[in-house]
Order: sequence, then structure tokens, then C-alpha cells
Amino acid sequence: MLVELTDIRKKYDKEVLKVDKLLFQKGLIYGIIGPSGAGKSTLLRIINLLTPFNSGTYQFMGRPLPSNGQERLKLQRKMALVFQKTLLFKDSVWNNVAYGLKARGFSRSEITQRVGELLEQVGLQELAFRRADTLSGGEAQRIAIARAVAFEPHLLLLDEPTANLDPGNIELIEKMIRQLNRTKSITVVMVTHNVFQAHRIAQEVIFIHEGRIVESGPTEQIFEEPLDPRTKAFVEGRMIY
Amino acid sequence: MSRLLEGFVEAFQLIIALDPALLQIVFLSLRVSILAIIISTLLGVPLGTLLGLKPERKTRFVNKIIFTFMGMPPVVAGLVIYLFLSRQGPLGVLGLLYTPTAMIIAQVFLSFPIVTGLTMVGIRAKGSEVEEIARSLGAGSALAAWTVVRELRIAILGAIITGFSRVVAEVGAVMIVGGNIAGHTRVMTTAIVLETRRGNFELAIGLGIVLLMLSFIVNSVLYNIQRGGE
Repeated sequence: MLVELTDIRKKYDKEVLKVDKLLFQKGLIYGIIGPSGAGKSTLLRIINLLTPFNSGTYQFMGRPLPSNGQERLKLQRKMALVFQKTLLFKDSVWNNVAYGLKARGFSRSEITQRVGELLEQVGLQELAFRRADTLSGGEAQRIAIARAVAFEPHLLLLDEPTANLDPGNIELIEKMIRQLNRTKSITVVMVTHNVFQAHRIAQEVIFIHEGRIVESGPTEQIFEEPLDPRTKAFVEGRMIY
Repeated sequence: MSRLLEGFVEAFQLIIALDPALLQIVFLSLRVSILAIIISTLLGVPLGTLLGLKPERKTRFVNKIIFTFMGMPPVVAGLVIYLFLSRQGPLGVLGLLYTPTAMIIAQVFLSFPIVTGLTMVGIRAKGSEVEEIARSLGAGSALAAWTVVRELRIAILGAIITGFSRVVAEVGAVMIVGGNIAGHTRVMTTAIVLETRRGNFELAIGLGIVLLMLSFIVNSVLYNIQRGGE
């Protein structure tokens, strides 16, 4: 098991997330769906160790969460999160993609090889030395994903990666996610409010409502034979939120 | 109006003549203000970054202190430093009063809160977002903080420019702790005050114009660095 969450609770003024049990297997694409404010992004941030949780157990590859800061950083370096709002560093496209590799102390030749390959894969090699803040929305999101996978994380967390993109770019990014999962065996956990997108690319779907996991299972099951009426209402577009 | 024009002529003549006394004053002014702003930057940018990355509710009291010190009257700053450095003061044994070092200390006292406060405000606007992205890409605390500073360098340079503008034009504090001693602690602003008191208005205006030109050159350099970061 890649990630195992047990009895995770997160409170701000009130409890915003309560996860009794959640497992992520290696090599799969997971889609986390649910209405706005359901706790999807909080869950993603907890998995990425960006947001601390109040209680519960977190295990990564069978090992508990280390208390030591350096060990925690090592664990955090096994995953990457792409945020809903794309923010590329005010630097060249090349340096953006190389950021995580430099942080991990990769050699210059390895950085050159990996960044070159990735830019080719995302079809933006001709923009390598352009300033990243001059890219279009779709190009920027493709670079943000390339930046996140350059160091080949075990787990790629995506928070609404195609929000505000046109259909052409959505298709490109979905293709990219599938390809990364297939060729590099990267486990993907993607938060999306778009049930059709989850249906298209996820192998497993988790439905969250009001901070609770209502239902999870194989995509076909969630969409064809949901067990909970709330899941059924949401996937059929009948849940008003 | 004619005095202003004469002041321009005087400024032009001062520059052309390259008067050694004037050059000494100019270099001391630049030395004191540039060293003060370098020290304030080295102290204020890391502190401002640290505070800017913390949630606002956790730094409210410190914010108020910094914002208060940002508006500190220079004569009050000069007086405080004077009391510390005077013979009976806690740092009197160092013998720094009426030296350029005392003037630098006074100017750091004035510019440090400005650099810290404005850096903090600039970082608070977007720093947490940048820090989170850096951390999500595997950056440790030091690299994440450095990334924040790099990304928000325009705001930080704005803080440094404001701090420099404050100290280069400052007269009250350097007058008190420097004493305006000719050839030793006389800087552009204190020289202007002296010449005005003597009734040499043309020379005072001339010195003022030279000071403005120097400030323009230094700020242009900083501004170009800032523009380079866009």
C-alpha cells in the first residue's frame, strides 16, 4: 500500500475532515470528487504533509509518519502536489522544471537530460528559455505538471488540474496524466469537481461530502451502481451545492 | 526664484570643480547611508520574510511595534542612540559618539524597521503560496525561504529603496550622534543645515541638488535591479 490513512481528523474552528480509513494503492489513478467545501483539497494537503492533522495515523509505504523534520522532508520528497492555481516561478521554463531536481541535488547532466525529455514529452521544448510567467494558462499548467513529475515522485497529487482550461488543453493534460501513470508508474490522486473527468481517467473514485468519505471504489461501481444515495445524486448531477 | 537658479549654478560649479571638501562630504554621505542600508537589508529582509510567512494573527503585536518604529522621528532615534553612546551611556566605553559609526548605527535604527516592515507586507501578500509550492516540490525550509525572497524580490527591493531614501535624506539623527564635524562626520544633509544657518542659501541649494542627484543615481541602480526581476 502506498498511502494508508486511519482515523484522520482535521479541525479548524469546526471539524472539516474525518477519514476513518483510506487506502491508496501503488500505480493507480484515483479521482476524488465531491461538492465545493467537502474537504477534498484539505485531504490532498494532508497527504502532501502541507497541512498537519489533529489526530489519526498516516502511513507511507507501510512506514509511519516520522517525527524528525529531515525524515519528514525525505518522505515529502517522494510526492508532489500541483495546485489548482498555477504559480510558476518568475524564471525560465527550464529552471521551473528543474526546481525539484535541484532541490534533491541531482547532477547537472541528469537535470539536463530529464528536463529536456520532459519538455519534449509535454510538447513545449521550444519554450524552454522563455519566462514562465509569459505562458498561456494551458502551457503553464503543463509546465506545472512537468515540474512536479521531473523527479519522478511515487505519488502525484493534483488539485483541480484542469480548472479554467479550454477543452483542448483539458484533453492534453488528461493524456499527460494517463501517460505518466502508465510509463512511469506514478500513482495519481486527482481532486476534481468534474465527475465526467473522474469517470474518464480515474480507476478508483472517492466521493467526499461534508468532510466524510461517503463512498469509494472502482470507477464503474461508483458511477453505475453507487451504494449511497448521496453518491448517486452527485454523479447524476442532482446534488445542489 | 533667483536663489533657486543660483543654486543650480552653484551645484554645477561644485560638480565641475570637484572640490575635495565637497567630495569628502559626498563620499561620507554615501558610505554612511549605503552601509546602513546594507546592514538593514541583511537584518530586515530575513526578519521580514520570517514574519511575513507567519500567520498574521501570530505577529500582530510585533507588526504594531515595527509599524510604530517605521514612523520614528529621526531626532528621537538620534537622541536614543546618543544616550546609549554618550560617555555615561551603556555603550559609552566604545567611544563611538561623533564618529561615522555612530551615524551608521542611527541610520540602521531608522531604516531597519522600514525594510523589515515593507518586506513583511510584501511577503505576506503571496509568500505563503510560493513557500507551499516550493515545499511541495521538495524544498527544505532554507530553500523554500530563499525561493520566496527570489520570487518577491520586486517588493523587497521596493522596501530597500524606501529605506535608502529615508536615510540618505535624514538629518536629525546624524546631526545629534555625528555632531557635524568638518572633515569627520559632516554629510550632505548636515552641511545643508549649516550653510542655511550661515545664510549661504545658494550653496545650501547647490548641495541639496547634488544630494538629489546622488540619490537619483543610487535609486536608478536599485530600480534597474528591480526591473530586471520582473
